[in-house]
Amino acid sequence: MDQQREVRAQQIASEPMRPAGPRHGFFSGTFESIRDVWSHRELLDQLIRREVRARYKDSVLGFFWSLAKPLAMLFVYYVALGKFLGAARSIPDFAIFIFAGLTAWQLFGDIVILGTASIVGNAGLIKKVYVPRELFPLSVVGSSLFTFAIQLGVLVAATAALGRFPTGDRWIFFVLALAVIVPLATALALLLSATNVYLRDVQYLVEIMLMIFMWASPIVYSWGLVQKELATHPLLQQLYLANPMTLVVLGFQKAFWVAGDGQPFPAHLGRSLVLMFGISMVLLWFSQRVFARLQSNFAQEL
Amino acid sequence: MSTTVIEIKDLSKRFVIRKDKSLKERLINAQRSKLHRDDFWALRDVNISIDSGSTIGLIGPNGSGKSTLLKMIGGILQPTSGTVSLRGRVAALLELGAGFHPDLTGRENVYLNASLQGLTRLQTDRYFDAIVDFSGIERFIDTQVKFYSSGMYVRLAFAVAVHVDPDILLVDEVLAVGDEPFQRKCMDRIRSFQHEGRTIVLVTHGLDTVAEICDRAVVLESGRVIADGEPRDALRVLRSEFEQSRHDDIERQQAADQHDSPEIPRAHIEGIEVLSSGTLVREVPVGAPLTVRVHVRAEEPLEDWILGFGIETSVGQTIYGTNSKLLGVHLPVLRGVESYDFTIPAADIGEGAYTFHGAIAIQTGAEVHRLLQGASLTVAADGRETGFIHLRTSLTPTAVTA
Repeated sequence: MDQQREVRAQQIASEPMRPAGPRHGFFSGTFESIRDVWSHRELLDQLIRREVRARYKDSVLGFFWSLAKPLAMLFVYYVALGKFLGAARSIPDFAIFIFAGLTAWQLFGDIVILGTASIVGNAGLIKKVYVPRELFPLSVVGSSLFTFAIQLGVLVAATAALGRFPTGDRWIFFVLALAVIVPLATALALLLSATNVYLRDVQYLVEIMLMIFMWASPIVYSWGLVQKELATHPLLQQLYLANPMTLVVLGFQKAFWVAGDGQPFPAHLGRSLVLMFGISMVLLWFSQRVFARLQSNFAQEL
Repeated sequence: MSTTVIEIKDLSKRFVIRKDKSLKERLINAQRSKLHRDDFWALRDVNISIDSGSTIGLIGPNGSGKSTLLKMIGGILQPTSGTVSLRGRVAALLELGAGFHPDLTGRENVYLNASLQGLTRLQTDRYFDAIVDFSGIERFIDTQVKFYSSGMYVRLAFAVAVHVDPDILLVDEVLAVGDEPFQRKCMDRIRSFQHEGRTIVLVTHGLDTVAEICDRAVVLESGRVIADGEPRDALRVLRSEFEQSRHDDIERQQAADQHDSPEIPRAHIEGIEVLSSGTLVREVPVGAPLTVRVHVRAEEPLEDWILGFGIETSVGQTIYGTNSKLLGVHLPVLRGVESYDFTIPAADIGEGAYTFHGAIAIQTGAEVHRLLQGASLTVAADGRETGFIHLRTSLTPTAVTA
């Protein structure tokens, strides 16, 4: 028995003392935060599984529900806007057009809305165990990507069914657009989930802002209409294009909406997306640092 | 050789309690924001260093900062000033199944919880059977945990925590939920942890548990360490602390009751003496006749009162108690200073050091005054028995033939 104690004491003695919990400087901590999250990647995997499994547990149709909402939206927009308001007449393959935009938007909206609530929603855990708190917003990112993958599968299947399957260069736009959404939405999720702990109003505000931005992106109407309307206001056009989600949605349409090839698209879409990717990455870094700063008081504020 | 595994230096923790949480309230109260904040020091200048292989009990009254300190060791709360540093793997057993998702099955939760505590999937696979076996809920392992009873929750949580192979185990007042066989199982496991040289930090209100398993106890009071050392010394400090607060309570009540009826009368136990065969004693042989003489004083005549005494072990566990009501004796009106004798023909209590307390109560049962450790007594024996009672056991050295 004493021997066992000795062995353990010696083993522990060889380890250096470390502070309990995280404490890094604002700039120097980036690397440590990444390493913290990386060393907990298995837990992240578990948390993502939990999100996915628990979401539709006990419902008979299960994963079907993650498709039901976008399909219902597709139906509503297709009938109301496309047929009754006549948008389908000026936009070929209107269903694919809408669904491409909705798929991109759904991913963004899911990450931001569920991510914002993720810290408060996991209060029980955060108050009791120390794990890098970034894992909670990140697990939302993971589970949203899972839902997104299913939806994307439906979108691609639909293009194939219509005989206009996207090929070749088009996929570059998809990759670029996705490379903007993920860091951008993650950055917002980190920032908003942390502020939501201190100000619960944030989560309600987020829902309203998302609704506004959804209509500020060319999802159910085309960029061509906006261009026509704002033809005399180049500044407003630039402002409209400064919305990162506008670029992302256009990117998705460029990739999957094969019938829209003759339709107007803003110039240099690819270049804008690359630029936006850079901006998103900077924002992601900044959000993570703010998150790291705010997280030290999470347990007592929840 | 022992190594310091947890080093707490000048640790302070301040909580700011804001009474307004929403944006609207903040804006409205922006001018008076100072009024809507309360500062509260949960911990103040705490210095503790814990060696590997020791078992520490953190004790103290409610709100003294025990759980806060435990959370800071676990890294869940960040210090306002000072540092907590540690080494080795930490596993925390904090409250009912924290980290269990109600919609997932027991099996899924074991994996989730284990990975929260830092176990890899492969390791969990290896320990899974042992975990389920230890928890004793094989039948329900594939049931969603929302259907579990609170006891089953704790069983599973504890089973995971002890299989994490921690160097430091943090336990926060949870074991009380399981049933007795499981509690015993937990205690056994904690003992084997001690043998293996792991460090255990325990927050509990069960003072007997502390006396039983800890080799060191830290008493906190309003965020400060007021005692740190041998459990028996720490427990004595804490118990007298409790006594003081109860005393204050009674006095406050007496002050408040001056205007109100039913009045709590003012009377005191002045002192206790233990005599044997008519002389004051500090040490007696086992089985000696004893007289417990209690001196009482009443500020005003006291009718219908009850006088009692009790015997405690050195760590404060009560082993005996009685009073005039239980003995069926009605005491005459108490005026001024008087003394009463409780007579014990043969004190068959086991070897050890004991203390005596005395108490006065009124017929409703409300306590008027209690004097703790009014007298102390050592019982000497020949080491033929252990425990608190003397049974005069003997053994015949021949096998019994049926």
